[in-house]
Amino acid sequence: MKPKLEVDIGGLKLKNPVMVASGTFGYGGEFRDYVDPSKLGAIVTKTITRHRRDGNRPPRVTETAAGMLNSIGLQNNGLDDFIENKLKNYKNLGAKLIVSIGGETDDEYAEMAKALSSFKEVAALELNISCPNIEYKDKIIAQDRDLTLRLVKAVRRVTSLPLIVKLSPNVCDITRIAKAAQDGGADAISLINTLLGMAIDVDKRKPVLGNITGGLSGPAIKPIALRMVWQVHNMVSVPVIGMGGIMNARDAIEFIIAGASAVAIGTANFVNPGVSLEVLEGISSYLEEQNFKDVNELIGSLNVS
Amino acid sequence: MKLDILNNVFIKERRLLLELSVPASFKSALPGQFIHVRFEGSYDPILRRPFSIHDVCESRKKNKLTLRVLYEVKGKGTQLLSQKKPFSELDCLGPLGHGFDLDGIPQAKKVYIVAGGMGVAPLYFLAKKLADNPACPADRREPVVLIGAKTKNDILCEKEFKDLGCEVRVATEDGSKGLKGRVTDLLVDILRRTRDEGRGLPIGKAGTIYACGSKPMLAAVFVIAYKYKMQAQVSLEEFMGCGLGACLGCVIRTNSGYKRICHDGPVFDASDIIWKE
Repeated sequence: MKPKLEVDIGGLKLKNPVMVASGTFGYGGEFRDYVDPSKLGAIVTKTITRHRRDGNRPPRVTETAAGMLNSIGLQNNGLDDFIENKLKNYKNLGAKLIVSIGGETDDEYAEMAKALSSFKEVAALELNISCPNIEYKDKIIAQDRDLTLRLVKAVRRVTSLPLIVKLSPNVCDITRIAKAAQDGGADAISLINTLLGMAIDVDKRKPVLGNITGGLSGPAIKPIALRMVWQVHNMVSVPVIGMGGIMNARDAIEFIIAGASAVAIGTANFVNPGVSLEVLEGISSYLEEQNFKDVNELIGSLNVS
Repeated sequence: MKLDILNNVFIKERRLLLELSVPASFKSALPGQFIHVRFEGSYDPILRRPFSIHDVCESRKKNKLTLRVLYEVKGKGTQLLSQKKPFSELDCLGPLGHGFDLDGIPQAKKVYIVAGGMGVAPLYFLAKKLADNPACPADRREPVVLIGAKTKNDILCEKEFKDLGCEVRVATEDGSKGLKGRVTDLLVDILRRTRDEGRGLPIGKAGTIYACGSKPMLAAVFVIAYKYKMQAQVSLEEFMGCGLGACLGCVIRTNSGYKRICHDGPVFDASDIIWKE
């Protein structure tokens, strides 16, 4: 018998625990030749902002050992364009649509959340409060417990959609921020966003990236992501969505064992655009081989004794 | 998709010619498009590398074509690629990207192909498409090809272009072959002598320049094209993330905002690009 794969992410019911991470899958259409999105649990859109953003000056990506740095800077056409031109493409998506939103003020986040809540295509919202490539009054919201609490509360007031809060690993103690997000009313926590890093061209003695610093992703950050997912899972009662360097099914299974109720594939989509479905198949085979009837039995099953 | 490697040999110093067996669907591949190559079993390098299509030709195998890639060993990725042996497989996506637009050719007065260094790679495929196009008037089917490089040893494909019937002129920075100087000096030299033909015509009507090379070279091509009222289509090179238009990593500033080199390009009309750094 095929193992059950349905998971419940704070009211958001997914047919399986595999998602694609924000910013790595465009708006879905870019991957249509490689992945049938209807087979995925959910897709998370590239972060949209209230107003159009041009993004950072290039170069915006560079490769590092077992990873990559990016400083895209949330290039997007803004909320109105998303609602008018992109949302209709998700009508028969088959997977749950999670819209990632980013902003510069609490009001902006709340305004976007409210506007998106009226569309039935939108299954949940992910608050991107952790992009290292833009600044919110000189810091990332997810680096400040009070700002996180205040923002999540502000958004919670205007929407009944499942609210996922995406955290930054660029902090001393991620569990404090996770707790603040939960206290503010988050239905789920997703982590981790990228780690702030940089690369230097030694011949020119110049930064490789146009924005000087950028976010590190890929297998290089997986051990950190895994540790943080485990810590946060132990601290909060809401479900955790794990991501950070997942390249294959075994990586994803590690995250689930550490406490992730769902996993998101990011950088690996660039390397192998069909990887998300391979991960899904691999999780299913693993459950069968290990005699699990339901993926929920595996979540947080880490044996530390 | 997994493609069979037919051949992968050094042709001149650090440059190799890779031959892949591709499905018949590659018949519609356009000059300027690229394939995105993965180095399996490695997390370093982890990202794919784009390579422009150098040629697509007939194959003896049924329902197959042979795709050629001309490349130079420059870094980790190309180093690994150079070690690949025939009868092994290569994980590739493609053909990807927006290629050269050949529709305007019959109306264009003159056609010039301008290649800097490895820029010959996609332009040979372009010249071949022109040569094979019966809709193309005879003189434009055999355009003037200008090739520039550092030294004579860096001049590639001169014979191949000549075999297509093209007139080939060469410039080297050290003067070891052809004009001493840059390929754009050659271009100015030729256009200056035919200048009167372009007078009074709207931009583009005087002719089209197809160019591939470094960004400064392409910026110079744009300035020259503008002066001589010609259209210039340029193929840009950039490190890429996904290659599919999703990550917005490989962008260039244009008159209508940042555009994706992998998806909106790599070929752009030079007048759309904001060349100032």
